[in-house]
Amino acid sequence: MIFDWNVVWYAVPLLAHGVVMTLQVSVVAGLLGLAIGLVAGLASLSSFRLLRGVVRGYVDFIRGTPLLIQIFLVFFALPVVGVRLPEYWAGVVALAVNSGAYISEIVRGSVGSVEKGQAEAALSIGMTRSGVLWWVLLPQAWRPMVPPLTNDLITLTKNSSLLSAISVYELTRAGQAIIATHFAPFEIYLLLALYYYLLISVLSWASRRLERSLPQW
Amino acid sequence: MVKLPAILSARGVRKAFGGKVVLDGIDLDVQQGEAVTIIGASGSGKTTFLRCLNWLERPDAGDIRIDAQVMGRSGSAMATERELATQRRLFGFVFQRFNLFPHLTALQNVALGPRRVLGQRREAAEALAERELRRVQLGEHLHKRPSQLSGGQQQRVAIARALAMAPKVMLFDEPTSALDPELVQEVLDTMRALASEGMTMLVVTHEMRFARHVADRVVFMADGAVAEQGTPEALFGAPRDPRLQRFLRHLEPSA
Repeated sequence: MIFDWNVVWYAVPLLAHGVVMTLQVSVVAGLLGLAIGLVAGLASLSSFRLLRGVVRGYVDFIRGTPLLIQIFLVFFALPVVGVRLPEYWAGVVALAVNSGAYISEIVRGSVGSVEKGQAEAALSIGMTRSGVLWWVLLPQAWRPMVPPLTNDLITLTKNSSLLSAISVYELTRAGQAIIATHFAPFEIYLLLALYYYLLISVLSWASRRLERSLPQW
Repeated sequence: MVKLPAILSARGVRKAFGGKVVLDGIDLDVQQGEAVTIIGASGSGKTTFLRCLNWLERPDAGDIRIDAQVMGRSGSAMATERELATQRRLFGFVFQRFNLFPHLTALQNVALGPRRVLGQRREAAEALAERELRRVQLGEHLHKRPSQLSGGQQQRVAIARALAMAPKVMLFDEPTSALDPELVQEVLDTMRALASEGMTMLVVTHEMRFARHVADRVVFMADGAVAEQGTPEALFGAPRDPRLQRFLRHLEPSA
C-alpha cells in the first residue's frame, strides 16, 4: 500500500486546531470534574445517609454505563426535558460528570486512607467531625490524591475523543473531517494516534513533576 | 480524711465488641488533683475504659460524670455532636502512638486546637502553644515536624497538645509503650512534673515504677472490671486478688 505523505503534511497544521480544542475541552471539563468530584467526595464522607446514598447512586450509574452513552444522554436526552446545550458544552458537561464520579471515589478513598489515630487525636482535642475532616484529614489526603487524580485527568483527555460523536471539533473530529475529504484513513488515524501520544506524554511528564514537588513530611 | 466530691466518676460502664464483653460494669471515682494509675494484663479492658471516658468509644451502658456534666448527655436528652465535642475538651488524651499531625510543626500541632476549636487568633494560639511546649522542655523544637523528632519528643508534643486545651483530667493510654527504652524516662519525667503540679491524671501503663512512685492510687483491672485498688504500697505490698498476685509475679524483677 502507498503511504500518502502529502495528505500528512496537509493535515499537520489543520490538526493543530483540533489539539487546541481537545486541550481546552479537557481543561474545562477537568476543572469542572474536580469541583464535582470534590463536592461529591465530601458528601460521600458526610454523616447524612441520604446524601451518601445519592452520591453512591451517581457513582454507580457513571461506572456502570459507557461514556459514549452518557455523552449521548446529555446531548440528545436533556433537550427532551428542556435543557438544550450546544455540542461543546454538552461534551464538557458529559466529560465532567463522568470524571467527577471517579474523582469523588479518589477523594473518598484518600481521606479514608488517613490513619485512624489522626481523627481520634483531633476528636480528643474537641473537634467536630467536620473540623476533623477539614483541618486534619483533608490536608493529609492531598498528597495521596495527586497520582490517581492526574491519572484520571489523562484518561479524561483521551476520552475527549468520544466528543467527535456529537460533532465537537476536537482533535479526532478534525481528523475525521480530513478523512472525509481526502479518503486517507490510515495516514490520518496514525497521525491522530501520534498527536494523542505526544499530548499524553507531555501530561504524564508534567504530572510526574507535580508529584515530585509535593511537600514531604 | 475528708472525702472531696470526685471530679470524675464512672458508674457501671459497659462495653462489648461484637458480643465480646470488654468492660463489665466499671465504677471508678477520681478526686481533683489525684494521679491514678490503671494496671492489668493485656485484654483486661484498660485502654477501652480510658477511651470510653472521653467517648472516643461510646459506652453501651453506664454514666461518666466529669465536672458536673454527664458525657454524651445534655439535660435529659442525648448530646448533639457539637455538645459532645465540647464535653470531650474536659479531657486531655495522650495516645500510645502519639498520633501527632504529621503535616504540621510541633507548634502548629499544639496550636491547632486553640485556633480551630477555641477560635483563638493565630498569634494568641501560637503563643499559648509555645508556652506549653516549653513546659515540656521542647522550646528548641517548635518548628520541627513530628518526623524530625524522637519518639520521646513526639510524645511530649502530644502531651503539650492536650494541655493546651486546659483539660480538667488528663488521660494517658500507655504513653511509653511505643518508645525505645532510653526515651521512656523523659516522658515519665514530664508526667511526674504534671502530677506534682496537681493535674488530675488517669494513666494506663505497664511502667510499674511510675505506678509505685508517682501515683496516689493504683487500680488493678481484670476481666473488664476493677478487681482491686488502693495506694501503691497496699497494692504492690499486700495484693489480695489472686489475679493481681499472678500479674505482679509475672512482671520483671527490676520493676
